[in-house]
Order: sequence, then structure tokens, then C-alpha cells
Amino acid sequence: MSRLTAESVTLAYDQRVIAENLSVAIPDRSFTVIVGPNACGKSTLLRALARMLKPVAGSVLLDGAAIGSYPAKQVARTLGLLPQSSIAPDGITVGDLVARGRYPHQGLLRQWSREDERIVTESMAATGVDALADRHVDELSGGQRQRVWIAMALAQQTPLLLLDEPTTYLDIQHQIEVLDLCAQLHEEQGRTLVAVLHDLNHAARYATHLIAMRDGSVVAEGAPGDVVTAELVEQVFGLRCQVIDDPETGTPLVVPAARRARAGAALQK
Amino acid sequence: MSLSPRTVRAVRTVRTSGGLSLRVDARAALVVLLLLAVAAAASVALIATGDFPMSPADVLRTLAGGGTPAQDVVVHDLRLPRVLVGLLAGACLGLAGAVFQSVSRNPLGSPDVIGFGQGSAAGALVVIVLFHGDPFAVAAGAVAGGVVTGLAVYLLAWKKGINGYRLVLVGIGAAAVLTGLRDYLMTKADLVDATRSMIWMVGSLNGRDWEQVWPLLCAAAMLLPVVLGNGRALRMLEMGDDAAHALGVRAERTRLVVTACAVLLTAAATAAAGPVGFVALAAPQLARRLTRAPGPGLLAAAAMGATLLVGADWASQRLFGADKLPVGALTGMLGGCYLLWLLFTERKAGRV
Repeated sequence: MSRLTAESVTLAYDQRVIAENLSVAIPDRSFTVIVGPNACGKSTLLRALARMLKPVAGSVLLDGAAIGSYPAKQVARTLGLLPQSSIAPDGITVGDLVARGRYPHQGLLRQWSREDERIVTESMAATGVDALADRHVDELSGGQRQRVWIAMALAQQTPLLLLDEPTTYLDIQHQIEVLDLCAQLHEEQGRTLVAVLHDLNHAARYATHLIAMRDGSVVAEGAPGDVVTAELVEQVFGLRCQVIDDPETGTPLVVPAARRARAGAALQK
Repeated sequence: MSLSPRTVRAVRTVRTSGGLSLRVDARAALVVLLLLAVAAAASVALIATGDFPMSPADVLRTLAGGGTPAQDVVVHDLRLPRVLVGLLAGACLGLAGAVFQSVSRNPLGSPDVIGFGQGSAAGALVVIVLFHGDPFAVAAGAVAGGVVTGLAVYLLAWKKGINGYRLVLVGIGAAAVLTGLRDYLMTKADLVDATRSMIWMVGSLNGRDWEQVWPLLCAAAMLLPVVLGNGRALRMLEMGDDAAHALGVRAERTRLVVTACAVLLTAAATAAAGPVGFVALAAPQLARRLTRAPGPGLLAAAAMGATLLVGADWASQRLFGADKLPVGALTGMLGGCYLLWLLFTERKAGRV
């Protein structure tokens, strides 16, 4: 079952068509990761799924109805998004920022219920930023800050959560930390996660469902163990490689072919 | 990494059994109350000042209806409307400044920097110089000039949405064009019209009466609730369009509504008091430094605007004599110093 689907959508910025007749279904309770080379349309697809970009043709459906037909706040109670870049307002504390995730549940006369308070506390605990609650966001490290933004998205309490390149600009240790957190949210809280990731190996390790894109269309999708093969990597990324078992997790691990081997292959062609 | 002292904000929550809950930032609320108290004190002092001096006690008694007939005329017909125009125009400008600065994410995004004040001035001058209109027509010209400028800047800065930086740059361009137009009109004017234009352009509360109070009060009463109602969405917009959108804020619509309100507030204030400089620029920033709250403190900015304008008017009356120096000249001088200080501290913080 899929609560969130894209039905033969055409996505374009102004006149530039990024993807045509693209259909994708996000399996419920999956940790879906979208991969592909730069400019393949993966972030564009995520923006369309998050109703930030209106398809030129086709439609994005949430629970069977066009996502644009719901009131904005109602969608925000079902589907959360962690954008690639957000601005922390000057001088805001971690607790205040996370509390803003409750906005779609609040109104002019319902500004801060006990439930809001409980969920904000829980979200900070789940992301390990509860000890930072009174600190200013601008004095945190990149990894801490990303966890705060994730905490804000969690406080939104949406069954579906989309993440646009959540590991960009982080060093390796913090990348793993953020991905571990995502996996934990997926496993323990049963949320459906959709992330765009650059690193194929991270994708293969953490995803339960992988969507590989190239030039605006889906080349392959399924469990990483079935999808990530040497042929597919060459087809999608144009990179010769071996795929071996990850010694830690048994998931596919992509090892690019040595420079000489790749040069040799090019000569044979 | 340097650690700044932890500041825990005292946020009080009021909850009822019916599930209603209101959140009150204790410090911001205190700042608003204090500013209102200062504004009230300055108002009483301003009413007491002039060629017919009164004691504050006399003023209060007369306001309550217990003054002598002479005091009654001076307070109710002459000085009260002036103070009310000052309070309302200051509040409108402070609120409009807070909105523009929030929408443009730039402390320079204030109506007198991005052309709306100049637009109102050009509109008023067209009426004075080309049509020799009466004060009412001049006010209408100011409103029309401000609204047309607001619309033009918004449309010119539009490119799949409004970007704050572009809004400020387009606005500065518009301000330059309108200043040129204003200077051209001045050269066309005869001496009487030119003098009238000059006086109008500085921005003054001299001789304001109830005819200016009512339209301004109506505008404020209609627009203030709309802006405050969008305050929470505006707060979300400060995190960027994507983040706001994800939280269910209709970014472009919110921005359009509050910008339109701010343009109208500026135009209404300018029509009543002339283009009083720098109140809109300085009030939100000063209010923010007092509340230390993140996000646009809309009420605090409005209270600060009212306090600044009435306080400046009282100061100019005390320092330079009754009706000698228009209040706009004083706010301009103070505001200019403030702007320099702002640029200096922003440069030190590495943001400019």
C-alpha cells in the first residue's frame, strides 16, 4: 500500500522539463531512498512529493486525492519535509525552534497545548538534543544543528517524512549519526521515510526500498540487495565497479573499479 | 567555540479547560506594557507643552472632562488630535517596518529605504504642484503614491516569488527614481507650492486635527488585526520558504497579504503626518533589542514606533520651541545616527 504516489507526473522549472511521465509509489512504512547522478531529477521529485513543486501534468496523490486539494495545514499534519537548507532565526533557542514544528497543529486560540509540550520534549529526546534545549541554534555544530531540524520535523508528528539530502555538508561521523537516527525513527516509530541521498553506499545500507533515477526517469526500484548490481551502477552513474557484500551489514557495497581498469574498458569500446 | 550565556525565556502558557491555550512571552509582554506607559507619559507631556503651558495634572483632569473651557479647547481641539496622529502614525510605521524587515529578511527593508515613503511624497507633490490641491487631496495623493509604488516594487521584484534581497534592491532603485521625480516637481513649483511641499515632505505633526485622526484610526483598526493574525505564519517564513511551506504556511499568500497591509499602513501614516523618516527603520530593531525575542515582535515594534514618534515630537518642542522644528527632522537625524550604528555593528558581526 502507498499513501503517497506520483502518477505520471511531468515536472518542470519554468520551461525546463526535468522529468516526464514519471510514476513513483512510496511503500508505506518503508525507508525509501532516491539515488541518482546530479541533475537526474531526484530532488525535483522529492519537491513534487512534498507539494513544493506543482506538476505540469499528472498528479501527486496523498491518500488517493491530489495533494494540492487538501488545506495546507492538513497536509502538514500528514507529511513533513526536511528542506535542504533552512534558516535558523537570529538568537532562537533549540527548544523554541523544535516547538515551531507544532505549527500545523496550532491555531490562534490553541497556541501551546500540553500535547504540544509533551511531543516537543519527546522529539528532542528522540534526536538527542534535549540537553541542548536552552542553547542558541547558531552556536551548535553542523551535526547538532541537523539533528535539531530533524527534531523539528519530528515534532510535526507526521506519518510521512521527506528528507532532502539530510547528510550534505556533514562530515562522515555526523552523516552516519543522522542516518542512524533516520533508521531508528523508521524502525521504532514506524514512520515512512523518503530521503534523497548522494552516497550510494549509504543508500544501500540504510534503505529498505531504493529508487534509482537517471535523466528524469526511474531506472530500477526495489530492495537494495536486488537493485544494486554492477550493471545498474554502470547504467545509472556510468561508473564501472564491483559490488561486494558490506562486511558489516551484508548489504551491497559499491567499489569503483581502479582507474587503469576503467581506462582499459574505455579503450576496448 | 564560544558559548554565550544561556538565556531561558520565560514563556507563560494560559490554558483553559475548553482546550484553548495562549502563549505569552513574559519579557516581550513586559516590553510592550512599558513602551505603552512611556508613550502615554510622553503624550501627556506633549499635550502639556506649548504656548499655553499646562501641568500634567491639568492635562489629565481636562482629558477626564474636568478642565476649564480654555483648557478644554486647547486639549481637545488642538493638542489631543496631534498626539493621537503621532501615536497612530508611529504605531503604523513601526508595524509596517517590522513586516517589511521580516519579509525581506533584511534590517534595511524599511518603507523609507525601499521607496514607499518616497512614493507617497511624490504622490503628494504631484497634487500640490500640478493640481494645487487642498490638504485632503494631498493626503489622497500620498496614499495613491504609496500604494502605486508598493505595487510596482512588488511586481518588479517578483520572480517566481519574492526574494528579500531583490525587494530591497528594487526598492532602492524605485526610491532613487522617485526622489528624482520629486526634485523635478520642486523645480516646476512656484514659491508657495514649493514651500508647502518642503513642509509636507519633512513630516510634521504641527496643526494636525481630528480630520487626520479618523482615517488613520480606521486604517489602523482594519489592518492591525490582519497583520497580527498573520504574525505566526510570518514567524515561520523567517526559516525560509521551504521550511515554512513544510509546516503548512502558504508562503506567497502570507507575504502578499502582510506586504499589502504594510504598504497601506505606511501610506495612511504618511498621508496623516508626512513622510516621517526612520521610525519604520528603527522601531522594529530597537524593539527587538529590548525583547531579545527571535522573530518579528509586531506589537512591540508598533508600541516602539508610537513611543518614538511622540517622544521625538515632545523633544523637538522642548528643545527648539513650539512648532519650530518638524518632528521628521529630528527622527531623521536620530534615525541616521541609528542607521550608522546598525551598519557598524552589522559589519563587526560580519553580516554586511
